[in-house]
Amino acid sequence: MSNAERRPLLLDFEKPLVELESRIIQIRELAEENNVDVSDQIEQLEGRATQLRREIFHSLTPAQRLQVARHPRRPSTLDYIQAMTDEWVELHGDRSTGSDDKALVGGVARLAGRPVVMLGHQKGRDTKDNVARNFGMASPSGYRKAMRLMNHANRFGMPILTFIDTPGAYAGVEAERLGQGEAIAYNLREMFRLDVPIVCTVIGEGGSGGALGIGVGDRLLMFEHSVYTVASPEACAAILWKDAGKAPQAAEALRITATDLQNLGILDEILPEPDGGAHANPLAAAATLKQALVSSLDHLSTHAAAELRELRYQKFRDIGVFLEPAT
Amino acid sequence: MSLFDWFANRRKAGPISKERQEREIADGLWSKCSHCGVLTYAKDLRSNALVCPDCGHHNRVGSDERIEQLIDPQTWCSLSDQLRPTDPLEFRDRKSYTDRIQDTQAKTGLNDSVITGVGELHGLPVALGVMDFRFMGGSMGSVVGEKLTRLIEQGTRDRIPVIIVCASGGARMQEGMLSLMQMAKISGALQRHQEAGVLYMPVLSHPTTGGVTASFAMLGDIIIAEPEATIAFAGRRVVEQTLREKLPDDFQTAEYLLNNGFVDMIVPRTQLKKTLAQLIRLHQPIESREHTNHTMPPTSVPVLDRFPLTTHTVD
Repeated sequence: MSNAERRPLLLDFEKPLVELESRIIQIRELAEENNVDVSDQIEQLEGRATQLRREIFHSLTPAQRLQVARHPRRPSTLDYIQAMTDEWVELHGDRSTGSDDKALVGGVARLAGRPVVMLGHQKGRDTKDNVARNFGMASPSGYRKAMRLMNHANRFGMPILTFIDTPGAYAGVEAERLGQGEAIAYNLREMFRLDVPIVCTVIGEGGSGGALGIGVGDRLLMFEHSVYTVASPEACAAILWKDAGKAPQAAEALRITATDLQNLGILDEILPEPDGGAHANPLAAAATLKQALVSSLDHLSTHAAAELRELRYQKFRDIGVFLEPAT
Repeated sequence: MSLFDWFANRRKAGPISKERQEREIADGLWSKCSHCGVLTYAKDLRSNALVCPDCGHHNRVGSDERIEQLIDPQTWCSLSDQLRPTDPLEFRDRKSYTDRIQDTQAKTGLNDSVITGVGELHGLPVALGVMDFRFMGGSMGSVVGEKLTRLIEQGTRDRIPVIIVCASGGARMQEGMLSLMQMAKISGALQRHQEAGVLYMPVLSHPTTGGVTASFAMLGDIIIAEPEATIAFAGRRVVEQTLREKLPDDFQTAEYLLNNGFVDMIVPRTQLKKTLAQLIRLHQPIESREHTNHTMPPTSVPVLDRFPLTTHTVD
């Protein structure tokens, strides 16, 4: 990929890195033209670039992480499914509202030999695709399709793997008319009823109730640069600061990073990303995810259904921080 | 001071804020309806459940008054009322969350935005939760999640119906993801309550929005709404921004949800207690109905003795 192609997708904090990389290319070209051996210098500079990339991505602010989580090249649900599974058959429709939501995809798959149901929010690759996918904002029909597939998994004893990547559930007239609130609420309750293991992974953006609507599971995993928020930092800034420009402060205050959520007792496992983010090496990210999912399933499969449900209940029962003075 | 100066000074003092206006009127003998403008004797308004006798406008009810409206006298026993919010995120917007909690507690006399307890409704034992919009817009954080979960668990244990009167702007942003997770926690408790075959009826008052709509408000076996209440997942302004078009007037009202099949009935507040009692009785098995028939006097055993509570949660 040439620099010109990369530029529009470049995040502002990656700038020093790209400057260094283009200097390496310049030197290499110059050396070739003049037949000079500069491999030592180039090796040195490339070492510095690797070092710099690592430094940048290890000290991202919450607002910068949000940019990585929303990166247009970040691997999506279908990318991960294709990279991880031996077989995959996509299934369609919620069987009730007369539509198939393309912002939420799902189907049956084979992961490391094991039949599973996989489902998740699906963002688009380009503008046209994004319009069809509604930017990964699912409608009530999407959440009902998810529930239908989860019930399917339950009936056939297949574990459920969900992938969260949405700015939020769709907020439109049609979504309200068809009961967006009810569709999400129903999933929240019913996911506690299921007898099969459920593993949820935030692969990009975990936007509020729209994320939670497929997010009640036995284990919650999150990629290192993913975020999970109660409200988008932009909306939060507009409401609490009365200034949407304060989104970076809101991103900081809301504690949306994987480390924050682990500290709050919400997250079970952080999945490390390749240097430069998951989009820099999607196959490596998929390998990490696959390994984590397989080991989670190996562990969860040792529990009987009733035990699994009890543990799932207790996992959520324990979330919350409050004071209760003894009387 | 000339009369002119007096007017000029008054103008400088600025218009009376809506909040102050409402408070002054509420404290007074007469109350002016914010909807039709008709003056009602405050006592009459109160005895009419804060519903304007002239136009039927439902004024906002505080949690204490709502409990009085629904629960038989001397049967209320609040649960977990010592629970208080804390500031796990050390959240600060224009004001720190800690200060916001303290100021709101001082202003409202409430610990957080929900009151829960058990009591009798026309002699029928119920577990009741009432949200209070005065406390940070009825927003749902860890305390709301924990109190409602405990309430529902008690309802499951004692096999008594759960009623939650909703009034909320949604999840409380100042507690971040902890707030979002309360939606799942409460829904999990409702799953067990449902599995035990016990009745759950949320009452959606104005406004019921966001994370509350996307969890326990929409999970009732029977869902009741108050007339003209706003009930929404995304706020009207958000939807308008998304679509950049004018929305129908009745969009996201109780009546709109009834037409679209998402609430069972709209019940005027003056009929609420009666309707809830009727529905509870209709869901009782025949043999137990005889014991709690509404024509019989309320049982003399105090609710506390019939539903033993752990001591640290009783006031």
